[in-house]
Amino acid sequence: MNFYPEFEVVRNDSRCIRCRVCERQCANEVHWFDADGKVMLSDESKCVNCQRCVTLCPTRALKIVKSDCRLRENANYSDQTIKEIYRQAETGGVLLSSMGNPNPLPVYWDKILINASQVTNPPIDPLREPMETRVFLGKKPDHITRNPDGSLDTTLSPQLSLSMPVMFSAMSYGSISYNAHASLARAATELGICYNTGEGGLHEDFYKYGKNTIVQVASGRFGVHKDYLEAGAAIEIKMGQGAKPGIGGHLPGTKAVGDVAKTRMIPEGSDAISPAPHHDIYSIEDLRQLVYSLKEATEYRLPVIVKVAAVHNIAAIASGIARSGADIIAIDGFRGGTGAAPTRIRDNVGIPIELALAAVDQRLRDEGIRNNVSIICGGSVRSAADVVKAIALGADACYIATAACLAMGCHLCRSCHTGKCNWGIATQRPDLVKRLNPDIGSQRLVNLMTAWRHEIKELMGGMGINSIESLRGNRLMLRGVGLTEKELQILGISHAGE
Amino acid sequence: MELNVSTLGFSEVNEQMRQTADQEITLNGCIGQRFLAAGTSGKYVKINGIAGNALGAYLNGTVIETSGNAQDAVGDTMNAGEIIVHGNIGDAAGYAMRGGKIFVQGNAGYRAGIHMKAYKEKVPVMVIGGRTGSFLAEYQAGGIIIVLGLTESGKPIVSNFPCTGMHGGKLYLRSDCEGIHFPHQVHKRKATAEDLAEIRSFVEEFCEHFGGSADEILNAEFTVVMPDSGNPYKQMYVAN
Ligand code: SF4
Ligand code: SF4
Repeated sequence: MNFYPEFEVVRNDSRCIRCRVCERQCANEVHWFDADGKVMLSDESKCVNCQRCVTLCPTRALKIVKSDCRLRENANYSDQTIKEIYRQAETGGVLLSSMGNPNPLPVYWDKILINASQVTNPPIDPLREPMETRVFLGKKPDHITRNPDGSLDTTLSPQLSLSMPVMFSAMSYGSISYNAHASLARAATELGICYNTGEGGLHEDFYKYGKNTIVQVASGRFGVHKDYLEAGAAIEIKMGQGAKPGIGGHLPGTKAVGDVAKTRMIPEGSDAISPAPHHDIYSIEDLRQLVYSLKEATEYRLPVIVKVAAVHNIAAIASGIARSGADIIAIDGFRGGTGAAPTRIRDNVGIPIELALAAVDQRLRDEGIRNNVSIICGGSVRSAADVVKAIALGADACYIATAACLAMGCHLCRSCHTGKCNWGIATQRPDLVKRLNPDIGSQRLVNLMTAWRHEIKELMGGMGINSIESLRGNRLMLRGVGLTEKELQILGISHAGE
Repeated sequence: MELNVSTLGFSEVNEQMRQTADQEITLNGCIGQRFLAAGTSGKYVKINGIAGNALGAYLNGTVIETSGNAQDAVGDTMNAGEIIVHGNIGDAAGYAMRGGKIFVQGNAGYRAGIHMKAYKEKVPVMVIGGRTGSFLAEYQAGGIIIVLGLTESGKPIVSNFPCTGMHGGKLYLRSDCEGIHFPHQVHKRKATAEDLAEIRSFVEEFCEHFGGSADEILNAEFTVVMPDSGNPYKQMYVAN
């Protein structure tokens, strides 16, 4: 069934100089030049609204607008709902989407406000006074132990040291491009933070960024071997992902080519299937086994992170993980992005990260095991304000991926699964990959993080707090607006005005 | 180095093995310590007793030989080396192994060879002398699994649901596989002389470790199972 396209290409013909930039730039082949009529024409049905042509058109002759040709209005059956049914009726296929859940579900960050000092406990000016944003992730000792001679025993479990409490979250080589990985790796190194390989292995060119790399071990174990495990600053066991809790990953054979296959250590063209479960993990005791096998293989030098999706029972799950020997728990909320996920799962499975984070932090405190682990919060952390709110809710650090992609040029067109990313990020097509220059990509990531770091300091200074450690779990610094008693109770914060 | 490990925990045993410059190590009195020799290379480790879970996980070239059984996850994600078990093994042996060899004299539990892979010149091999539990070769993506069925058990050579999700590699079963149900995405056939020639050297190695005659073992009906395609989950998706 043909529908009227979702987007319209509006071309101002009096501005268009027929330079054909749009034609060359569009991997979806929307634009072409009609030599007879000497005009640029377009097929809107292929447009994903990635804004590449709009951005590059030298005369600003183009805009992409949402079509106003709609089906008859119906609050129950939206245009999207109806079209999804048509698509499935036509193909029998499972709906596939990418990036994070776009639906208007509550964003709790936006209903939480941050405190500032007035009169008493004066604010601190970060431009004048030192402010500490460095964090260490890993187990913290519960008590002081002394050596026989009375001196302090200073042996600590391995820690991940970060100059600021933000890292780039897992995106595999395969789901994103070589240049995107290069940008992330270089930026993380310059910033003194970490990026994460995702489950596709580590390209040989990037071993040199190891000190700023988290290597991931997922159920498919792609590219996992001794050198890989030892290459990074921490090892992350991926149990789940916020965008698609409960299901695995699947890089189709068509994308497992060249260096992508080599880095995953699989034959070219073979499907790279990460099954939904780890087939050796059915209990916390089994998880403990994987944690310790990794620690044994790397001689206890690296912290082990266990990443889980935020799901209904997250507090109990986190409590189990905190007892598994893992050093760090990463919780990924339901708005987290992905290179491809079944639409129904992306949009209906999992819970908001804000509630999950607060519940986990509280549970671990109640059980007296909060120091066993650090907590990383991910799944749509969009700004320095979100970071500050996350820390105050109990996170030790945040993971960002969508925001990092945006910094590299992503326009959130949610078409990563097509492999034709016009911005050179979610693609392996060499002509598209080269559009992302790692010099520029890494610089933009550094800029973004530098700006956030200033903002974090300003927000902290306003609260009269000069060290990020004093903000962690400091929920008195937060107030809710427009939230129910229950929501406030789970978030562990008071309502504004209280 | 020779070490009595009966009173030591796994981390102490591994630490002592890391400390020694000796290439040959004998562990006596092993009572199920886990992760033995995980990630190691260049050693020969003889284990007297029972090895615990994740024996030789991420193994990178070491040769391990146990006098008794080994438990679950033998050779998890191993990359190179050899594990020889004079006994039975538990579940999920050779999970995601990409290289090296595992020889088991007796039976294997559930999910043997799960997600076994292959990469360039690396072709992992697992030879099981007896029979295996359910879900043999699940998600197998590469490598060779050989099940010989030499133990008298009266049970079929493999329990239920072998080869679920298999999308690479080759499975040999020394049986006509009558009555064993395989999923639709794999292809089962009688082994040819060429098929058997391909595994002769592995069967010979098996016999070197555990005795027996390769000629006699190979002089039987074998079934070969291979996937129809490397892309079993091309379930049709529709872009949304
Ligand atoms: S890029 Fe702009 S000016 Fe160039 S052909 Fe396209 S619409 Fe015309
Ligand atoms: S990464 Fe590329 S394809 Fe994916 S949403 Fe961003 S611009 Fe679109």
